[in-house]
Amino acid sequence: MSSLLLPQSGSIPFAQQTEMSSRFWDGCRRGELLFQYFPASGRAQFPPARSDRASFGDAFEWRRSAGRGRVYSWSTVHRAPSPVFHTPYVVAIVCLEEGFEMISNIIGCRPEDVVEGLEVEVVFHAVNDDVTLPYFAPIAGPGHD
Amino acid sequence: MPGAPFPDAAIASAANTVQARRLTGETSVSISVAAVVAALGAAGIPVDEVDGMFGTLCGEVVYQLGLPATTTSALDNTGISSVVEAAAAVQAGICEVAVAVAGGAGQYVDRESTAPWTRPENEWVAPFGLYTAVEFALVARRHMHTYGTTPEHLATVAATIRNSGHVNPEAVYFGRGPFSPEDILASRMVADPFHLLDCAMTSEGGCAVVVTSLERARDAATAPVRILGVGMDRLGPVYQFPPMWDLAGTRVPGEVNGRIGRRAANKAFGMAGLHTADVDVCEFYDPFSFEIIRQFEAFGFCEPGEGGDFVSDGRIAAGGALPTTTDGGLMSYSHAGRAQMLQRIARGVHQIQGSCASNQARGAEVALCTNGGAGALFTDVMLLGVDS
Repeated sequence: MSSLLLPQSGSIPFAQQTEMSSRFWDGCRRGELLFQYFPASGRAQFPPARSDRASFGDAFEWRRSAGRGRVYSWSTVHRAPSPVFHTPYVVAIVCLEEGFEMISNIIGCRPEDVVEGLEVEVVFHAVNDDVTLPYFAPIAGPGHD
Repeated sequence: MPGAPFPDAAIASAANTVQARRLTGETSVSISVAAVVAALGAAGIPVDEVDGMFGTLCGEVVYQLGLPATTTSALDNTGISSVVEAAAAVQAGICEVAVAVAGGAGQYVDRESTAPWTRPENEWVAPFGLYTAVEFALVARRHMHTYGTTPEHLATVAATIRNSGHVNPEAVYFGRGPFSPEDILASRMVADPFHLLDCAMTSEGGCAVVVTSLERARDAATAPVRILGVGMDRLGPVYQFPPMWDLAGTRVPGEVNGRIGRRAANKAFGMAGLHTADVDVCEFYDPFSFEIIRQFEAFGFCEPGEGGDFVSDGRIAAGGALPTTTDGGLMSYSHAGRAQMLQRIARGVHQIQGSCASNQARGAEVALCTNGGAGALFTDVMLLGVDS
């Protein structure tokens, strides 16, 4: 039986944020998972962008996600892009209830517990003083018993 | 029917430099220059007659070859796209001798990490530990979930392509096999469902393809190869957005990301007046084993979900009905950052010319060459054929 999947530490790579994306990352530090909502099209959009992929309009509001979703696809990674990552870790595409998708890591369960459709919820983890990452953990199930 | 895209142009020749895990002393520019010289030499066309350079590092290559002012790609272009640019320039009368070039050397020295071109920097991707193998794994896993495709199906593709490299004296991994699917499954896991041997390797080398007028190509030392059809599909930038199987545009109906390349292939076959049954050899892009299964489905060689069985009856092996990625591809021949895209075309050219030193498909008259994959949100296709 493999061990529980844990968050990564502060030395992992980060990329340049933008004026738009910094709003999202600021939200994560406050424990809020923010996404863009465009009233004109009724669409949720993530990652945030200056305009809506459907209406091209730029009128949007930031909304706070309930942070619940399902695993759409996943991969247990044993060879990391650099040695600073602790392996194995699980990369997943999570479909949020509000109608957007994001890439994240699954924690709080074992790699073999991750399946398509697994119900997960956001778990914020401060990897260093500047960056808090939104990870996801199973809402209920094998990792919690 | 739209007809041939470049009726007055043809590929005269293609050449690869030596490929190796490391080419000590070489740079991406020097290996590109060597590839251009080799490709022109094969066709018997003097370097001084080049008036178009397309692909990567064009300015550097033009300068280093000592050419006068030359038409080039404005920015880096790659693979099939750079051959289209070269052929369009010839067809339009902008150039008479156009070369598509790509080369990589000296870029990957830190073996503690994955190769630099496999890990793009993006704020939504980098902190979660993604790189190309993971992006493509997310696509493969979804297909396995939806259709029951198995690790054995994937391993069969990897073993087949690696066995073609095993017998290719020019492949970086020449003599490393032979491999059975069990060998692939026994290699260490990299990014589930991909074992190490399901993945492309990394290497160094260059490649160039010479495009000129049909008339000129018919006078060359090598047989002209016609571009029968082309198509290029892209849904977004590489490695920024989740590589969903179901990703699509927001406004008009279109193929989902899992079928990317279908529209492109339909266009290419339409131009050529051909069907999948007319293809003699498949020089498909093989960054990861599953991508071959996906492409056969996307291009209509088999029904959705049947790709795993399709590749498992021996037909994609050298000597089979649809020999696929016959030089060993990115898994065994070479994967030098950019050159591997152009090398799918080069291999198709050599198959049509009948000049492959190993795994020559007997009487090959139509080759389907591809670049990209659903993990990267793009797939380009080009149909090559004999000059008749």
